[in-house]
Amino acid sequence: MFLFKLLLKNAFRHKLRTMLTMVGLIVAISAFGLLRTVVDAWYAGADGTSNTRLITRSAIAVGSPLPLYYADRIKKVDGVTGVTWVNWFGGIYIDRRNFFARFAVDGNSYFAMYPEYILSEEEKSAFMADRQGAIVGRKLAQRFGWKVGDTIPLSGTVYPGNWNFNIRGIYHAADARTDESLMMMHWSLLAESVRKRLGNAMASQVGIYMVNIKDPGRASAISQEIDALFRNSVAETRTETEKAFQLGIVSMSEAILMAVRAVSFVVILIIMAVMANTMTMTARERLAEYATLKALGFSPAFVVKLLFGESLMIAAIGGAIGIAATFPLALGFLHQTNDIFKVFEVSQTTMIYQGIAALVVGLISAAWPAWKMSNIDIVQGLRHVA
Amino acid sequence: MSDTAGKRDPVIRIDNLTKTYTRGGQPIPVLMDINLEVEHAEFVSLMGPSGSGKSTLLNLIAGIDQPSSGTIKINGVDIATLDESELADWRAANVGFIFQFYNLMPVLTAFENVELPLLLTNLSRRERKHHVEACLAMVKLSDRMDHYPNELSGGQQQRVAIARALVTDPTLIVADEPTGDLDRATGEEVLKLMDELHRDLGKTIVMVTHDPKAASRASRMIHLEKGVLVSDPGSSGH
Repeated sequence: MFLFKLLLKNAFRHKLRTMLTMVGLIVAISAFGLLRTVVDAWYAGADGTSNTRLITRSAIAVGSPLPLYYADRIKKVDGVTGVTWVNWFGGIYIDRRNFFARFAVDGNSYFAMYPEYILSEEEKSAFMADRQGAIVGRKLAQRFGWKVGDTIPLSGTVYPGNWNFNIRGIYHAADARTDESLMMMHWSLLAESVRKRLGNAMASQVGIYMVNIKDPGRASAISQEIDALFRNSVAETRTETEKAFQLGIVSMSEAILMAVRAVSFVVILIIMAVMANTMTMTARERLAEYATLKALGFSPAFVVKLLFGESLMIAAIGGAIGIAATFPLALGFLHQTNDIFKVFEVSQTTMIYQGIAALVVGLISAAWPAWKMSNIDIVQGLRHVA
Repeated sequence: MSDTAGKRDPVIRIDNLTKTYTRGGQPIPVLMDINLEVEHAEFVSLMGPSGSGKSTLLNLIAGIDQPSSGTIKINGVDIATLDESELADWRAANVGFIFQFYNLMPVLTAFENVELPLLLTNLSRRERKHHVEACLAMVKLSDRMDHYPNELSGGQQQRVAIARALVTDPTLIVADEPTGDLDRATGEEVLKLMDELHRDLGKTIVMVTHDPKAASRASRMIHLEKGVLVSDPGSSGH
């Protein structure tokens, strides 16, 4: 009790210095948390994948189309329970900055394969009945203030022209890792438009296939079997698990992620240096006090406890506020970036890492002054006052 | 303590004590062949010019410095043979310190400062409170026990330091220039208080001072010059 009281009084002896150190710590810990959340958000697509789904795409590039008739051949592969496909629609909603993912899907097969997108039967039926119908995610609808029945005007990029889609349903995610910011429209509508402009051959093209399988343990064998079907054809395929596919996309920006990770650790190193300096100054100023305590019979371990305790107390308070500050900071960041991240949540793991970072800063900052002060010569220390 | 010859053993017995510092590879002798005895309830002042070794001798007696050779026995315990941890425990139980600049913890109240040495004992909170209040009453600071050092005058701070030195009822009180930072009148009050400790409580006090007037309060004055005892009226020549 006495030790705690002394720690508390010592920690706030130089209020301005302690406050400034704490502000630095709060900024560093919350910045560390935010940067980690950005990295997590990048990988969120991969985390939310199913292990019973495979992605079949062109072996040349993700953007290269595949013939629609592949669907029937893939369905026949042993272990495959369903096939659906999507095309990237692209397009612009009012302004280029209003970015969100838009896919043309085969309604029935798509929603059957993605039970994590929760829609009522009425919404599904309304979507299927309307050629210009669209389904949007809850977060996306929230972002633009949409409701069922609203019309979304899109200016085509991949598919030229002005498009109007009617919102027929707003899906909710089954879990926090599922993206709630997608828009889906009918693939058949797009195919018809392409057919009118470019003919039947071009209209029967899809972007990627999603393949449902019964046994996740056979994912690799089934992937090889599917790719073997189209080997030496004009459109060879590459099949992989949904997770591997998502990670493949993330890996394109791996260098950026590495930089973000590095910056997050640099921030912690900087605050560690700042706090170590604070603790060293503190210890030097109190040299005579520590010498007095030792003269009175207190052990070097008591001096060590005083310094570590004070450092950890500042780190704990700063760290706790820093963790709490990460939430509004992340929210502000998400709004500033126009909700480009599908899932952007400060995870429990991030909070644990933040806590560990604060603890490590507290411990390392006090290590040198604690060692130094516990070994001070009492006579030299007492002279310091004079 | 033995009393076989009708006389108590000395509280402090120093034999052939030397202390040498090394600066830049050169040995610098500070104390040379010191032999000294201080009896129970003696009030001894150590005097001498700067660099004479009086503070070093006091530090050695208080167990905060180690001799180069010789023995220092306090109540029969040769403190030169104790390791750092044993010495810390020994100091906590046997020595009360009074410093020139008081050396109070600025974040602790007068009460808490006096209580500090008692935290190393097994006394209960209630017993500690009783001891602290008694000591603060002795130095006439009962009404200032909740004050922080910066709310007290220099003389009051030194009285708090004296109460802190007394609170564990130590064998020995060492005082290093206790009036050095005080004006004459306040210094006089502090010396009067030390005199009372010696006279009324029978405390053994060793005080280093430059001030001949302060030294005259002691029952015995010892002079050091260049690390050698030059005058010790109580010397038995042991």
